[in-house]
Amino acid sequence: MKRYLNRLIASPYFSFFVTVLLFLALYGVGMAMYKGFMRPQVFFNLFIDNAALIIVTVGITFTLIIAGIDLSVGAVLALVCMVLAWLLENTGMPLPVAVGLVLFMGTAFGAVQGFIITKFDLQPFIITLAGMFFCRGLTAVISRDTIIITNPTWVAIASYRIDLGIGFLSVGAIVALLTIVVSAALLGFTRFGRTLFAIGGSESSAALMGLPVFRSKVLVYTVAGFCSSLGGLAYSLTMLTGYNLHGLGMEMDAIASSVIGGTLLTGGVGFIPGALVGVLIQGVILTFISFQGTLSAWWTKIVVGALLCVFIIMQAFITEQKGKLSSESSMEGNEAAGPPEKP
Amino acid sequence: MKSLKRFAGSSLFLPVVSLLVLLLFNACFVDGFLSLQVTEDGRLYGRLIDILTRSSSLIILALGMTFVIATSGIDISVGAVVAISAAVVCMLIGGRGDGVAETPMALAMLASVCVGILCGAWNGLLVAKFKIQAVVATLILMTAGRGVAQLLTEGQIITVYYKPFAYISGVLPGMPLPTNLFIALLMVLLVVFLMKRTSIGLFVQSVGINPTAARFAGINVTLVLFLVYAFSGFCAGVSGLIESSLIRAADANNAGLNMEMDAILAVALGGTLLSGGKFYVGGSVIGAVTIQTLTTTMYALGVSADQLPVVKAIAVVVICLIQSKKAQDMFDRFKARRAKKHAGGKAVDAL
Repeated sequence: MKRYLNRLIASPYFSFFVTVLLFLALYGVGMAMYKGFMRPQVFFNLFIDNAALIIVTVGITFTLIIAGIDLSVGAVLALVCMVLAWLLENTGMPLPVAVGLVLFMGTAFGAVQGFIITKFDLQPFIITLAGMFFCRGLTAVISRDTIIITNPTWVAIASYRIDLGIGFLSVGAIVALLTIVVSAALLGFTRFGRTLFAIGGSESSAALMGLPVFRSKVLVYTVAGFCSSLGGLAYSLTMLTGYNLHGLGMEMDAIASSVIGGTLLTGGVGFIPGALVGVLIQGVILTFISFQGTLSAWWTKIVVGALLCVFIIMQAFITEQKGKLSSESSMEGNEAAGPPEKP
Repeated sequence: MKSLKRFAGSSLFLPVVSLLVLLLFNACFVDGFLSLQVTEDGRLYGRLIDILTRSSSLIILALGMTFVIATSGIDISVGAVVAISAAVVCMLIGGRGDGVAETPMALAMLASVCVGILCGAWNGLLVAKFKIQAVVATLILMTAGRGVAQLLTEGQIITVYYKPFAYISGVLPGMPLPTNLFIALLMVLLVVFLMKRTSIGLFVQSVGINPTAARFAGINVTLVLFLVYAFSGFCAGVSGLIESSLIRAADANNAGLNMEMDAILAVALGGTLLSGGKFYVGGSVIGAVTIQTLTTTMYALGVSADQLPVVKAIAVVVICLIQSKKAQDMFDRFKARRAKKHAGGKAVDAL
């Protein structure tokens, strides 16, 4: 029994199992406490309200897998919202062109960040931190006031609801689900995905194996940039505005979701469905707060911060104990865990 | 000439030159920039003094950040800690309209600095004990910290009417310069004392260069890391006092906003490598003054506070590129190739 438990804890999906259990428990408590939680629409609303966060989390998961990080996602999202609003309101640009342009802008920004980080071997957090400040500042340069989108097509897309019989989904939620499916397939079943896990495990080993490290790393930050801009579009669909403070602190929410879903911050381990459940947990907490009615929204940040801490500490513990836990079942585990800490 | 060359190679070259360029620019385009006046009650007054005063909280933050970066870590929570510390001191003194303090000011100040140390210790615990990457560990406090500050002030901006509170960032009667400048000076002296009289600087440096080697050399790496983050929290706490006293209020959303970027920029400009190891306290101090001068110059040019990060972000990337070893290698190779081409051309001419 103990051996079985140990193997379970040592499995790379242990965090995922814990997360799913936590989600079910939270949802169960919600159902027990509030009658409204029973309605299936509450569950669908988790996707509708968090569509942007889901997409952004996918992007950040890619960077975390290669042991990088992208702190600029929230700011890129705000910039995309702002540029789209500005283009639609101040120029006569047709909607598809504007959407294509902002998508390209975010993707190109991610690519530039990735190029600087990889080419000059700089720490990803400092460059993406600079990118975050750059995009926030640029958003303020475009407009310091809120720009409201009145483009009829965009408004129609935003209010369109897809009927599922027992509830409905928004366009943004559908895009988010598609992103999840595509990225999970990309990571799980393609050469590119396997290369990323190899780089995350050990970059120099990956390079010695002849894997295209440079290209893959730049591509990862490009994907993150693309996801941020796609998330920006989803955010724009819920908000219908461009504003300087959109998505403030979203990078933290996204990293938290990813980590709660079982992504290792040290790289090499990541699971897209887990990231989705991570976002849903945050959504449930937010739903709790809105059902409760008297708590301030700041509690979400604090609870998410605490949750992130717990999961990170759990990860640190598991990584440290992994060698010991799996040594009974296999000898390789001991070597994989690296040299012991204390001589 | 030789000393000039040595200066060009030293770590102080970049911050001093950029400071001089900024000052020159200001002196040319801003009227009365260099003039200093003495008011009737013996106070020094002028734009230069203003910049120095404004940069005092940044200098203090940069001191803490220098040590953190020297251990190849980073602390991006300082801005939020400034907000928490400001919230604590204003909450304790209280926003009573009749100007009476609810708690003695010294006690409130002590409490807010202690809260700053506590925040730093929390970061230190995560980084040193649980071995979490510094960015993520401090990111938690960066976002959650403002929430905590918001809870402390109950979403309000607490305005303090208690008169002596303004003295922290104001001028004490009979003094020529504002108090916060003296606080910054005191902090710098404290750090210099620690550097000169103890081996803490050496410990920090060796942890930054190679933590494993440092451990084998008998240094308690966990303790050093913990203390470094706690000190950064202490600095942020003191900064929070100055920032709140400056506006005589606690604004959980805007106190210390974007200050982490300024502090990192100041340290990087001062010549400390962001990858850790050797660090320069003097460079960081001058870097902080330079950043403040840049901020003031930008305000004078009509750039608003929320647009300013664009300039600073570009500055950070440029400094990182200058520091990057790979970029240097590339530049050297480029120079070598050009020299070779040049020499080759000459040889052909000679024939």
